[in-house]
Amino acid sequence: MHIVDRRLNPSGKNLANRQRFMRRAKAQIRKAVHESTGSRSIKDADEGGEVVLPTQGVHEPNFHRGGAGGVRDHLLPGNKEYIAGDIIPRPPQSGGGAGSEGSPDGEGEDDFRFALSRDEFVDLFLEDLELPDLAKRRVVNAEAMIYHRAGYSVTGSPANLALNRTVRNSLSRRIALRRPKVDELEALLKEIETLKGDGSDEDRIAVLEEEYARKRRRTGLIPYIDPLDVRYKRFNPQPKPVAQAVMFCLMDVSGSMTDHMKDLAKRFYVLLYIFLKRRYKNVDVVFIRHTHQASEVDEDTFFNSPETGGTVVSTALEEMRGVMDERYNPDNWNIYAAQASDGDNTASDNDKTANLLTQMILPACQYYAYLEVGRDSEHFPPGFIRRDSDLWQTYSSIIRAGAPMAMRKVGHRRDIYPVFRELFAKKVGSEASA
Amino acid sequence: MNSSLTPNSDPLVRAERPLFEGADWEFGTIQRCHDEIAKIAHDEMGLDVYPNQIEIIGTEQMLDAYSSIGMPLFYKHWSFGKHFARNEAMYRAGMQGLAYEIVINSNPCISYVMEENTATMQTLVIAHAAFGHNHFFKNNYLFQQWTDANGILDYLEFARAYIMSCEERYGEADVERLLDAAHALMNQAVHRYPRRRSTDLRSEEKRERGRREHDERVFNDLWRTVPGKENIRHDPTVEERRRSLLQLPQENILYFLEKTAPRLAPWQREVLRIVRIIAQYFYPQSQTKVMNEGCATYCHYKIMNRLHEKGLLTDGSMVEFLTSHTNVVFQPHFDDRRYSGINPYALGFAMMRDIERICTEPTAEDRQWFPHIAGNDDPMGTLRNVWANYRDESFILQFLSPKLVRHFGLFHVMDDANEPNLRVEAIHDERGYRKIKQALARHYDVSWTAPDIQVVDVNLAGDRRLILHHRALNRILLEEKDARMVLQYLADLWGYDVLMKEIDPGTESVMKEYNASPQPGIVQMEGP
Repeated sequence: MHIVDRRLNPSGKNLANRQRFMRRAKAQIRKAVHESTGSRSIKDADEGGEVVLPTQGVHEPNFHRGGAGGVRDHLLPGNKEYIAGDIIPRPPQSGGGAGSEGSPDGEGEDDFRFALSRDEFVDLFLEDLELPDLAKRRVVNAEAMIYHRAGYSVTGSPANLALNRTVRNSLSRRIALRRPKVDELEALLKEIETLKGDGSDEDRIAVLEEEYARKRRRTGLIPYIDPLDVRYKRFNPQPKPVAQAVMFCLMDVSGSMTDHMKDLAKRFYVLLYIFLKRRYKNVDVVFIRHTHQASEVDEDTFFNSPETGGTVVSTALEEMRGVMDERYNPDNWNIYAAQASDGDNTASDNDKTANLLTQMILPACQYYAYLEVGRDSEHFPPGFIRRDSDLWQTYSSIIRAGAPMAMRKVGHRRDIYPVFRELFAKKVGSEASA
Repeated sequence: MNSSLTPNSDPLVRAERPLFEGADWEFGTIQRCHDEIAKIAHDEMGLDVYPNQIEIIGTEQMLDAYSSIGMPLFYKHWSFGKHFARNEAMYRAGMQGLAYEIVINSNPCISYVMEENTATMQTLVIAHAAFGHNHFFKNNYLFQQWTDANGILDYLEFARAYIMSCEERYGEADVERLLDAAHALMNQAVHRYPRRRSTDLRSEEKRERGRREHDERVFNDLWRTVPGKENIRHDPTVEERRRSLLQLPQENILYFLEKTAPRLAPWQREVLRIVRIIAQYFYPQSQTKVMNEGCATYCHYKIMNRLHEKGLLTDGSMVEFLTSHTNVVFQPHFDDRRYSGINPYALGFAMMRDIERICTEPTAEDRQWFPHIAGNDDPMGTLRNVWANYRDESFILQFLSPKLVRHFGLFHVMDDANEPNLRVEAIHDERGYRKIKQALARHYDVSWTAPDIQVVDVNLAGDRRLILHHRALNRILLEEKDARMVLQYLADLWGYDVLMKEIDPGTESVMKEYNASPQPGIVQMEGP
């Protein structure tokens, strides 16, 4: 008998089959993923998890008998009261009383539960989304350099000496110029010595000695390695794409922001974070909250500790600029900003806010998203016109000028994902309309 | 529990210490268990098995094995991914446990055992799979006739490599479409009767010699003088010739397509052949569920008891084993929420034990019903004979005893769609035993349970339409939605129209007709 321990075999043997299945059921899985985001908390959005698929499209048909009609017989265990000849009224749904009929492979399938891994989930989740203006910035920001090998050069530092290439060149040169080999010289010398030992054939010795001297001279004239042979590995500098991003979360935490609104904002931030995480190796997050004054805080404080005060949006923007100057040079960082607010602002601050945005913030940002969160109960039938908030009006004018900025209104948790997709869908239209 | 061990074995030498204590095990434990079990299996039970190979696997690998019908290597197809995903989701949700083992009919016989099993469970699955199933695979006539345990792993390896090379050459999409169609017809891809093998010269000569000897033996010159019939030359019609040329009617639809479908490329025929051969490999398993599980369960039951008796199993392990065993052979009644058909483990195990009882302690009833085995006092010999020479249908027909019918309280209900009510045909009484036995046996007869679908004709001269008949046994029609989908696949493979008639075998009238026209995808369609 053999015992084989297969536990250490590479796992994921079924991966190829799984990918085929996912490709086949792609449309349905995508739909299920989008639907499932409505019900699940966004916090686990990138955790993967279960989705429920309808079986169409992945059904495997075969010939089997139908469930109705004809003459059937059933054999059942556990008789308690019946005797031969008894009449049993037909149970509702013919044949239902007798469990022996069913789909032949025992898979009564209506819906299909299916667990997605984290990566698969996020892939589908963010499918077709694109970061705006990513390519443009990459080329422009070419500060850091990466060196790539690029052939050979005749000059360089000794550390980069290409030994193989150098010796190869030297070898071919020595062959071409017929430099005598060491073996040849030694053989000649040996022959001379044997002849000398014999003490005969003086002429022969003289000829050999002359030849030996000639070869020695030639060896001296033709160097083993000539500076001509030497080659160095050549490195070409190439610009290194900037692969880091910082995400600024700006939020109004004044009294008018309810927990519900903060929750909406948080969900949006989380989505944005997942999304950036897919595109950049390291993503920094900066939380800036503001009332009539702004400060940079940690995440917990940002979402959870209430503040009171008025609302002056420009303070947050100033704080953001301060942080940018201090730590995030726009030349090296891809900067994304997401602002959440209920739209209130001190009237006198609007112009200042607009100026700050257009002059300072937007030129440095890849993208600026403004999310106006409303109350859950605020449901307006389409076509119902509400007075736009102060910020909304201010920002509309900026967007009309063609800035890399977008804004949306969100009232309910289920709207977050669609709005997010809208904002980042491929080929972003920069003009926003609510 | 009544211990049923044969007292005639050598005087009991109790082992000094059990094979293991507690739940933990290591490879040494498995080796020791296997060796002790092998001793009992060979010396006391006379089992004849392939060499064993026991492979320890984890959860994911077990799920893997589930999705590829238990085979260790298989070609790639999305449906296996689907089964994997389904099983995994069910397992993760706790809705379904995993099997303790999977065993493969190959030589050496491979048993996969789960790493999570306790030492007792490992002993149990070795007894169950590595000896019970293994013996059945090696000795049952159906497996001998239809499967090649030596070659199956090599063949699967070939199949996987071949299909992979097809994918590289013709594209994954094309291969996938072909496999989809072939899988849909997999149930109609088995030969139910061994084909006639073409004879070689030597056997031809032997037969000829036998024939001549027979002629000489029965020679009587008088026959020459008897006036005979005119020698009528039977001239087969064109149709008959065509049918015999195409081997029609043919119930192995994939075989028919492989050999005759006009538009398939050679590689497509080979792929159909692979699917067909794998289907054929599993054909015996579907006919011997009750016997196979009965044999394995009976074996593990005997072996575990014997180990315990020898002092090789602790009392604690024995209780653990009995818990698991009784769960496996539990048969809920028809009105129980847990009822989902007759449990093959329960029926098989009960019948094996019953045969043992009939051999050793027959009642008057048994002597009347089973005169050939009652009281022969050789239960193992009888059982080995049963395991070698029967399949479920013939086994039940032969050996389901009145005692078991009473024990299970079996009754037979007739459900005629034309009648308003169901009728109880037979119960477990004197008049009913035979009826119930026959009816139950029929439930395990593949020719009764699987729909009878055959290719009957092809209009080769005209539009090349393929004609199939489904002889609707008991007027039960095919499930329509699936039937249409499968016929579409069939038409795609055939390349021309397909017509299927559902025929009532009683009146020969057509109950329903299906038509399908090929869609491009699998075979090249004719240009405009």
